[in-house]
Amino acid sequence: MQNKAKVFPVSHIVGFVLSLVMTFAAAWVALKTFYSFNTIMMIIGTLAVLQAALQLTMFMHMNEGEDGRTQTINVVYGIFVAIVIVAGTVWVMSIGMHTHH
Amino acid sequence: MSANLNTSLPLEYQSEQNRMNILGFWIFLGAEIVLFATLFGVYAVLFQRYAGGPTHQDIIMIKEVMIQTVLLLTSSFTMGLAIFEMRRNNLKGLITWFVITLLLGAGFLFMEVNEFIHYVHMGATMQTSAFLSSLFVLLGTHGAHVTFGIIWATMIIIQLVRRGLTPVTARKTFILGLYWHFLDVVWIFIFTFVYLKGLVM
Repeated sequence: MQNKAKVFPVSHIVGFVLSLVMTFAAAWVALKTFYSFNTIMMIIGTLAVLQAALQLTMFMHMNEGEDGRTQTINVVYGIFVAIVIVAGTVWVMSIGMHTHH
Repeated sequence: MSANLNTSLPLEYQSEQNRMNILGFWIFLGAEIVLFATLFGVYAVLFQRYAGGPTHQDIIMIKEVMIQTVLLLTSSFTMGLAIFEMRRNNLKGLITWFVITLLLGAGFLFMEVNEFIHYVHMGATMQTSAFLSSLFVLLGTHGAHVTFGIIWATMIIIQLVRRGLTPVTARKTFILGLYWHFLDVVWIFIFTFVYLKGLVM
């Protein structure tokens, strides 16, 4: 296996360059353009999710090895719970605020 | 443990114990996602409760944040290169990239400590407002993870120097690599939903 390994880390370099591009694109959209708040959040939120997915697949190789499937299901479930926690918290707390004001 | 080595696989996957440890670490990372989600949830509720204290625009130094982001992102890349060298059985390359990763991580941490000092000098402490409490807890939890990662990695480098590349040291290095990449994943969301969002509002 070691002898057959690649000599040049192509996927790492591609992943790194893409991450840098997405980071600076997000900063540019947020700081230098004048779209509405919601539009900007949609764009930079999408860039963040894409960049996280890139780290998980190109750097962490989440789906490699004989347990790759299990690992992926576990992380996807973790993300699902994360979304429920964040969106659920914001939802519940904002409803509380509206009824009391 | 060393009885059944599958030498057709990379070192870190060769024994059943190693494969179980790596799977176990992925399950731990699933729990870490949830831990950070709770902190992001708290922050998302409290981020405008300034209580008359400083706001995002008053305290965020975006140039420094960009440098921090690039430092951590680059360190995630060099950690990838370290694992890449490990798979080529190149111990020297592995340790070199590993040390560079730690230096970048230490640079990130140094800047974060300075950032906190700057905030406190501006009157933005944990006790000032709900916004700042939730901000410091979120950033602090991430920073504590980076600090722990640097200590952990230093101990693994010592083992690599002493014992060389074995299935055991390779597995430990690989798991630390996963941890380190994960910290960058969390930072992407802090960068986007704390700093950029704070400046867009």
